[in-house]
Amino acid sequence: MDAESLLLSLELASGSGQGLSPDRRASLLTSLMLVKRDYRFDRVLFWGRILGLVADYYIAQGLSEDQLAPRKTLYSLNCMEWSLLPPATEEMETQTSVVKGRFMGDPSHEYEHTELQKVNEGEKVFEEEVVVQIKEEKRLVSVIDQIDKAVAVIPRGALFKTPFGPINVNRTFEGLSLSEAKKLSSYFHFREPVELKNKTLLEKAELDPSLDFMDSLEHDIPKGSWSVQMERGNALVVLRSLLWPGLTFYHAPRTKNYGYIYVGTGEKNLDLPFML
Amino acid sequence: MEDCIPVNQKIEHQELGETGRPWEETVTTSQDPELGLSEALELEQRPETGLQPRSSPPRTPGSGARTPDRPVGDLVGQCSSFPPSSSQELPSTLSPLALARQDFMAPSQSDKTTSVISEAETPHVGHLEQLSDKGGSTPHQICQSEGNTFHQPQQTKYPLHELRDVSHHTSKQKELRFDIFQEDDSNNNYHLDQPESGASEVAPSMLEIAIQNAKAYLLKTSSKSGLNLYDHLSEMLTKVLDERPENAVDIIENISQDVKMEHFSKKLDTLQNENEMLATYEIAEKQKTLFLQGNLEGADQELEDEILTDTHPIQKCRFWGKILGLEMNYIVAEVEFREGEDEEEVEEEDVPEERDNGDSEAYEDDEDELPRPFYRAPQAIPKEESRTGANKYVYFVCNEPGRPWVKLPAVTPAQIVIARKIKKFFTGQLDTPIISYPPFPGNESNYLRAQIARISAGTHVSPLGFYHFGEEEGEEEEEIESGRDSFEENPDFEGIQVIDLVESLSNWVHHVQHILPQRSRIHRLGQHGYPQISFLNMRLQSLDPTFGLEHMPFPMASKKFENLYIGWGHKYSPDSYTPPVPPPVYQEYPSGPEITEMDDPTVEEEQAFRAAQEAAADSTEENEETEEEEDDEDDYD
Repeated sequence: MDAESLLLSLELASGSGQGLSPDRRASLLTSLMLVKRDYRFDRVLFWGRILGLVADYYIAQGLSEDQLAPRKTLYSLNCMEWSLLPPATEEMETQTSVVKGRFMGDPSHEYEHTELQKVNEGEKVFEEEVVVQIKEEKRLVSVIDQIDKAVAVIPRGALFKTPFGPINVNRTFEGLSLSEAKKLSSYFHFREPVELKNKTLLEKAELDPSLDFMDSLEHDIPKGSWSVQMERGNALVVLRSLLWPGLTFYHAPRTKNYGYIYVGTGEKNLDLPFML
Repeated sequence: MEDCIPVNQKIEHQELGETGRPWEETVTTSQDPELGLSEALELEQRPETGLQPRSSPPRTPGSGARTPDRPVGDLVGQCSSFPPSSSQELPSTLSPLALARQDFMAPSQSDKTTSVISEAETPHVGHLEQLSDKGGSTPHQICQSEGNTFHQPQQTKYPLHELRDVSHHTSKQKELRFDIFQEDDSNNNYHLDQPESGASEVAPSMLEIAIQNAKAYLLKTSSKSGLNLYDHLSEMLTKVLDERPENAVDIIENISQDVKMEHFSKKLDTLQNENEMLATYEIAEKQKTLFLQGNLEGADQELEDEILTDTHPIQKCRFWGKILGLEMNYIVAEVEFREGEDEEEVEEEDVPEERDNGDSEAYEDDEDELPRPFYRAPQAIPKEESRTGANKYVYFVCNEPGRPWVKLPAVTPAQIVIARKIKKFFTGQLDTPIISYPPFPGNESNYLRAQIARISAGTHVSPLGFYHFGEEEGEEEEEIESGRDSFEENPDFEGIQVIDLVESLSNWVHHVQHILPQRSRIHRLGQHGYPQISFLNMRLQSLDPTFGLEHMPFPMASKKFENLYIGWGHKYSPDSYTPPVPPPVYQEYPSGPEITEMDDPTVEEEQAFRAAQEAAADSTEENEETEEEEDDEDDYD
């Protein structure tokens, strides 16, 4: 959700039980402004909150002018002091994929993971148990990155591609119409397209190159990994990700108000096929 | 682009630079009204022409360089059609043409260069504005005033060329009929012809270039949106002329916005949803009743409860929470009926039992010889009476505030047992069948009720000392049996310091009965859970993960507290859900004397048997034959 319209956004997203206390709101309003100034971001998004056992991580993201450029991610424990997280790498993801369970809430916490490694001694091959230390900060980075890539959502038309490549905010975006707001196909993944290249020419022919440059949600795997609901009598559309429970996307049709917030434990719902 | 112009031509036109420039400016001024008129006419006659300019590439060098998708042949055409324009640039570096020339080169660099050239274009902006003035009466004073400085010197010379100008117009009239852009084209041709006729030589090219420069500027594609002003203006004018709004000048900003919006909205669907907003009004109408009946103070939720309390004999009502579903959510209210006014709940008695009876009856029809299956379904544990145990409260749910409340059925132990083994999303429709393994006895309303019971039992806590056991409950034995069912508020409760509540979990206790593996209350099996009001002396870790729960005790007033659940209604577990293992396969009968048979009797045995019989038959000789036959038959059986 946009840092500038934080209060309205929080109100809209509150239907999923994801709110912030008044003091947190106030401090976020102040500190995100400062973050925007200090890091020279074009836009600051309040990304959400990852619930830890001892403390929660509040996450914010800074966007540059090109909306799809790699984003900078910051975290804070008290909503006032923000620290920059390193960019996520694939190596981190494989490393941290072995860690299960909830976050602790202490970035310097180290998870211990024992794994078997093959050690060559002369001709014999031993299997040796090696204890690997994984820092929670790394896990945080990779989880945020995974969530961003999997379920960050943007309505169709909110961004547009300029002929020169960069992707800008569409100032004339006035919201989806009601009939479009109910369809999953009018929402896109807020990330570099992956599936788009695999489409056939016939499918591509119908796409508007300035708008349809991202992957649409409707082809997500498994089918049914989103719950679309109209609330307040069609005045608000809410998308909830079932794959990453805790991610809520909201959009009031015919207005510019849209955004997403993640409040959850930072764990992927691997049980989804059983639950549908 | 200028490479394709022969050098000698450039030199030839050099000398004309000075004289030609003012001269052609007069042409601009004189042409302006004419152009405006004719174009306005064009627009009127063919309203859709506004769209054409986009498809037919405008012939300007600047735009040619800018838009990459223009056909190459077009570029060549431009080169050949503009020898004068490029020739002018060499000698007069100070002239507006040269500046405008920069314009040609600049566009790919950045937007900032436009400010440099702006002076050169101003007259033409004015020109265009006049054009729009004719069509939609757009104010153009600003442009005019800027252009004035430029126009001044030419005004004096104007009479000299007047005659010629008139001739221009007359000759041009027919050509103007085509299109805005075709008309431009004809201008080009006309000016190109000028040197040949010898009357005014190349001079008009000056004007031409200036026009082209202005147009090039207008056609410059925005680096942000990929649109250009020229197309935008023409689209706007088309729209204005199409729709003929009153006081168009007042809403020109909105028209501009509408035109831009059209780029981003899909083409209209043939099937339009007419009643798009209907649902909004409908729910608003329903919710209106919520506010009318209650007194208008307090939050939304309380009012909902109030409506519920109006229609049912309710003693106590509490907002339990919200369970998210796939299509709709559930708002859950916890209700205690007034004494003796419970609603009838007879009709929903145990269905599975009835089925069992039917099965056993069906088997009785069979002949007695075949053995009947002696597997009996395990004795169903009867559900707890209303007002006790897990059925202490009645739960009402509704999908949205304002919609009718639906009473959930009472929970049975079997449902709780199965609900522990499955993990399904709620859909929001109470009659959805739950398709799961193991099979769930009931539909979604039963599953929802079971989850509510589990969540309540697991997470409803209160500050230590807030409740105490009812005093009238004297007998010790019954305390265990009924699980100390009743507790009441402690009137002497002083409140606990907030800091104590936050820092230590030992100040929180459960006040809802624990659900044993089998059910809430101990049922004839002597299973013993922890007492109902017990210290919640678990670690924080173990409290927090249960049910992804929002424990919302109100710490501000330490005499008040509240439990609230908002979530998907699933229990948290660090490991992934594992479906329960299939039940063990029943062992077959062990091979024993009843199963195995002897070998067939051999001939020797039969002969020995017959010999023995014959020996026996010697004593009774009368019935010999018949006996033998019978014996044979017996052996073969």
